Amino acid sequence: MRAIDILKTAIGNSFRSRLRTSLTVIAIFIGAFTLTITNGLGAGINNYIDSQVASIGAPGVMNVTKPVEATDATDGPKPYETSSPSEVSSGTGQPGATVLALTDDDLTAIGAVEGVTSVDPRVAVRPDYIEYGDAGKFQLNVSPLSAGVQIELAAGATLDQNGNELQIVLPTTYIDTLGFESNEAAVGKTVTIGITNALREQTTVDATVVGVQEPTLLGASPSINNALTTALYDAQNVGIPTDSANQYAAATARFDPASTPAQITQLKARLVDAGYAGTTVADQIGTFQSVIDGIILVLNAFAVIALLAAGFGIINTLLMSVQERTREIGLMKAMGMSGGRIFALFSTEAVFIGFLGSAIGAGVAMLVGGVISRVLANGLLKDLAGLQILTFTPSAIITVLLLVMGIAFIAAVLPASRAARQSPIDSLRYE
Amino acid sequence: MTTSVLSTRNLTKQYGSGSARFDALTGVTIDIAEGESVAIVGKSGSGKSTLMHILALLDSPTSGELDVDGVAAAKLKGTRLNALRNRTFGFVFQQFFLTPNTTVLDNVMLPLKIAKIGTRERKRRALEALEQLELSDKAKAKTTELSGGQKQRVVIARALVNNPRIIFADEPTGNLDSATSAVVEDLLFRLNQEKGITLVIVTHDEELAARASRRIYLKDGCVVDGTEVAA
Repeated sequence: MRAIDILKTAIGNSFRSRLRTSLTVIAIFIGAFTLTITNGLGAGINNYIDSQVASIGAPGVMNVTKPVEATDATDGPKPYETSSPSEVSSGTGQPGATVLALTDDDLTAIGAVEGVTSVDPRVAVRPDYIEYGDAGKFQLNVSPLSAGVQIELAAGATLDQNGNELQIVLPTTYIDTLGFESNEAAVGKTVTIGITNALREQTTVDATVVGVQEPTLLGASPSINNALTTALYDAQNVGIPTDSANQYAAATARFDPASTPAQITQLKARLVDAGYAGTTVADQIGTFQSVIDGIILVLNAFAVIALLAAGFGIINTLLMSVQERTREIGLMKAMGMSGGRIFALFSTEAVFIGFLGSAIGAGVAMLVGGVISRVLANGLLKDLAGLQILTFTPSAIITVLLLVMGIAFIAAVLPASRAARQSPIDSLRYE
Repeated sequence: MTTSVLSTRNLTKQYGSGSARFDALTGVTIDIAEGESVAIVGKSGSGKSTLMHILALLDSPTSGELDVDGVAAAKLKGTRLNALRNRTFGFVFQQFFLTPNTTVLDNVMLPLKIAKIGTRERKRRALEALEQLELSDKAKAKTTELSGGQKQRVVIARALVNNPRIIFADEPTGNLDSATSAVVEDLLFRLNQEKGITLVIVTHDEELAARASRRIYLKDGCVVDGTEVAA
């Protein structure tokens, strides 16, 4: 029998007992559907997180702080040292968490750590308000944009970090509030930022809106360029004694963006030895990803269990099929069909049933997933712009198809080899 | 002169062992020449079906030798054995062994499909065989819709579609009424006479056996002469 005939005959045979085939196909369908959906969910969320990671911090950048040395509960307080720097709010982590402020000496020390290519202080600017035209003053929290960070722009362009122009990128949520007509209309306009210095005097700085960005997972605050950061910092520090002015909550250390995770771990270890703590953006966001990966893994495990159950369904279907067709097998053998071809015939039938179930399962999952994804994107998950909760990649779909067909083939081995081993005369005598 | 297509020497076949041992054949030596029509006659349990199965290479003897076309059957394995079964033998069974829920044409094409013959050629030859048996109009019918006589004619069409040299018929008329039996018998003997296909018929029916050019009587696994069985 030629391969094409085996395929045709196997497909024909699987449709001969329609009810039995349909039931097995339904069992496989459930497994394949679940697997496709869970994979789509994993891909969708991870894609979103990846794009968020890219917008929050570029690879090759590390946030360095100086942790407060913990005192053992049994020890008394440490002796006061005049040289010890003051504690400042860390700005990250738990509310109220403090870290030791970094001084210029610390920056030099961090810069000297092997693997660090450059280090910049992370200055904290605390402007009071932002105002455009006469729509009123609004509270303002800004984050300086670190080098290499990509922002997802809704309009305009990204910040120019090297120029002298004072630039700001506003999140889409600010546009209406500040009184702009649209995202596009905001680009190029000048906004006024108010800031209070150490002498409790309020001064203002004017900045140009160069772009409008989509809100990110970690909130929506405007980003400002280096020139504006410096301008605001200077305005804020008027009246502060110089020794106190040069204290920073954190520093940004740069390293080779091509570093492997092992090299980054080593770099962190060297920073710890020097008395500092370094965290990359991947560290902060990566925990999300590993939690999601864990959940997807568990869901996938359930789907695979469903598929294994379906695999036994295939075994059962085929065993019945072999039993039912004992005489047919005997006849084919009497007519000179080899055992190998009989095996191929039955295993092809199983693989076809597997293909049918998984193709329908994956297809329906993609349809249902597409609808759910769209409904959620416009409803429950509206605030998370750019999140496509179910993403189906061709490679994932093909993997599901191949996995199911593989399981079907393995399930077919027992019944098909039983059929192949049958002696023609025993089969023909079978009543 | 005619040559021997099937020849056996001292064939034995045993089933089981120890006290449950049963000797189905106890030393059978026969020769069947090309173009002959031979009836293997015996009561049930005489070993006639076992002998036919061994001759058709569906079963192997416990001891003794079988030559097909002068080649020792014991040496035939795998591909050569399958090719021999496919090209040399055609089968007609009492129980028909037609695949249910498939068309008559599909059933007749089965040996050609196994022989890896192309779709078009397959169909042409199957229709030709059905034509010979006056079943062309039933080609698209499901086998389950046919009468017993029609089924047996489909089986004969299937047996001869691959131009076999030997047709084995196991009680070919066992399930048919006498009128239909006569039609089927005529068909088989006509194939033997017109096409020179060697015919090996296993039967307990004396009338059918009488039409064969030669009869081999079996009793308790041994070849005996005709009068002994009749007695």
